[in-house]
Amino acid sequence: MSETVLATRGLRKNFGSLVVAGDINIELPRGARHALIGPNGAGKTTLINMLTGMLQPDAGQIMLEGADVTGLKPAARVHRGLVRTFQINTLFPRLCAIEAVTLAICEREGHARNWWRRLPVYRDAVDEAYAILASLQLGADCTRVTRELAYGQQRLLEISLALAAKPRVLLLDEPAAGVPRSESSALFQAIAGLPADITVFFIEHDMDIVFKFASRIIVLVGGRVLVEGAPSEIAADQRVREVYLGHGKHG
Amino acid sequence: MAAVLPPQAAPHEFLRARTRWHPLEIVFWLSTLLPFVVVPEYLQLASQIAIAALFAISLDLILGYAGIVSIGHAAYFGLGAYTAGILSKHGIGEPVVLLVLGAIVAGVVGYASSFIIARFRHLALIMITLGICLMFYEAANLAGWLTGGADGLQGIKIGPLAGTFKFDLYGKTAYSYSLIVLFLCFLLARRLTHSPFGLSLRGIRENAVRMPAIGAPSDAHIRKVYTIAAAIAGIAGAVLAQTTSTVSLEVLGFQRSADVLVMLIMGGAGKLYGGILGSIVYMVARDQFSGINPQYWYFWIGLMMVLVVMYLPNGLLGGLEKLTARWRRSPT
Ligand SMILES: Nc1ncnc2c1ncn2[C@@H]1O[C@H](COP(=O)(O)OP(=O)(O)OP(=O)(O)O)[C@@H](O)[C@H]1O
Ligand SMILES: [Mg+2]
Repeated sequence: MSETVLATRGLRKNFGSLVVAGDINIELPRGARHALIGPNGAGKTTLINMLTGMLQPDAGQIMLEGADVTGLKPAARVHRGLVRTFQINTLFPRLCAIEAVTLAICEREGHARNWWRRLPVYRDAVDEAYAILASLQLGADCTRVTRELAYGQQRLLEISLALAAKPRVLLLDEPAAGVPRSESSALFQAIAGLPADITVFFIEHDMDIVFKFASRIIVLVGGRVLVEGAPSEIAADQRVREVYLGHGKHG
Repeated sequence: MAAVLPPQAAPHEFLRARTRWHPLEIVFWLSTLLPFVVVPEYLQLASQIAIAALFAISLDLILGYAGIVSIGHAAYFGLGAYTAGILSKHGIGEPVVLLVLGAIVAGVVGYASSFIIARFRHLALIMITLGICLMFYEAANLAGWLTGGADGLQGIKIGPLAGTFKFDLYGKTAYSYSLIVLFLCFLLARRLTHSPFGLSLRGIRENAVRMPAIGAPSDAHIRKVYTIAAAIAGIAGAVLAQTTSTVSLEVLGFQRSADVLVMLIMGGAGKLYGGILGSIVYMVARDQFSGINPQYWYFWIGLMMVLVVMYLPNGLLGGLEKLTARWRRSPT
């Protein structure tokens, strides 16, 4: 297996007496397409919050490209290529799609400090923003205000914003949450089409999609990794079946 | 119809159109010259309005664009006013030099406070900004030897503008001066809001959680805009001190912080012209109402505030924009 890009060592987090992360050790190799699954409240989003620095773990370490980033601020991790999307839309409601993505690119390129030159002067940034939006079928609607976009388009904009930061590791928290099944597979098609050297770690409840797009699956239950393996192993695992059947989820 | 653009040209054209001067803007700025000929007896009021508008623009940069709530913005206005007033007593008579010094003092204090401001939001900010302003008010009150305390600063001596134009009783020089300063600061603010930095400010206002997730240093952005806004507020204060030759504690008062907030929100935050429009409406209304009924004029302002917020969530300017949009859409 190729080198590890993102890893955790003994990650722990409690909310009061609730264990949301109990000694989590994961490793993501470069170019991975790994899925994180688990019942509601398993601690999946919490894990992403800790990986990206939005939540400080009680104990443990997060290693990005061999460096300990546990103490780094979220923005500093983004600069190192660790980028996320949100389960619940976390967008800029009154910015147009093109403005929002250009904003992310300007921040990445360090243009955002400039308060004298006009935005359209940064042609490359605007071109790149448009290319990202077009690659996610948002090209025609790029001048529309975010809050007026259809919900499915807003989910695509979630991903566009993350891509604008040029991720090396992309953490997707239920990118298709709330999107009808017919659309969600197109969305994952776009994710599957990302450059092969980007490491993708995604949370998804729809097992059909998980089995189709993930090369490896980590199952999280009660803040602990229950099992990790290839899709075929997970599909055959008795414990996973129990957890999912017990929660009335896809078996 | 214009020629059909290739799709990747559309966003460029869209963004460029936003930074372009609208004919109405030019009409507006030309009409600011009208008071000289139409109502020459009101030039002092016109000058006060220009100062209020400049103060409102400085608040708009932090509140309207970056979403930083402040009900203590008079702190910087007052610092600028006292700086210009006090230094003029000590031999610095040149108005433009005093203006720059007022901006520097207010900007430096703004920069120092910005380290606290950047760490908080919403309700906490209301308390902090108010607290800072109250402290300056009482400090100015206590330091009577320097500020004149409750009696106000005595003996302000402002030299003629550019060595030629004296500040006269009718306000001709005063209004010319206030208007020029307003226009120059407006140009600066306009550039700022159309820049990548301005876009980042709107990003902070729209979603402070997402900003770090795209790698944006929100705190640094906030510190920067807060410093700039404080400096501009300081300029507004300095212009007031120079054009009226008086500085009293009122420049640091809660009333002044509240008034500018009302002007901005009533006019429409987040569009620069909203603060200007709000200042015009508010100051003219105050002049008229208080002429009729000095005790109760806040009743009418109160009513106006409630009605505007109820029916025009984006302020008077937002209402006007909606109106013209509807008018344009309807077939002629
Ligand atoms: N800030 C918080 N304070 C206290 N409890 C929290 C907090 N955030 C999350 N929790 C709790 O921690 C548990 C794990 O939450 P988390 O959001 O990580 O679950 P999840 O696996 O993402 O679930 P879902 O599939 O519903 O998105 C839940 O029981 C949740 O209620
Ligand atoms: Mg979740």
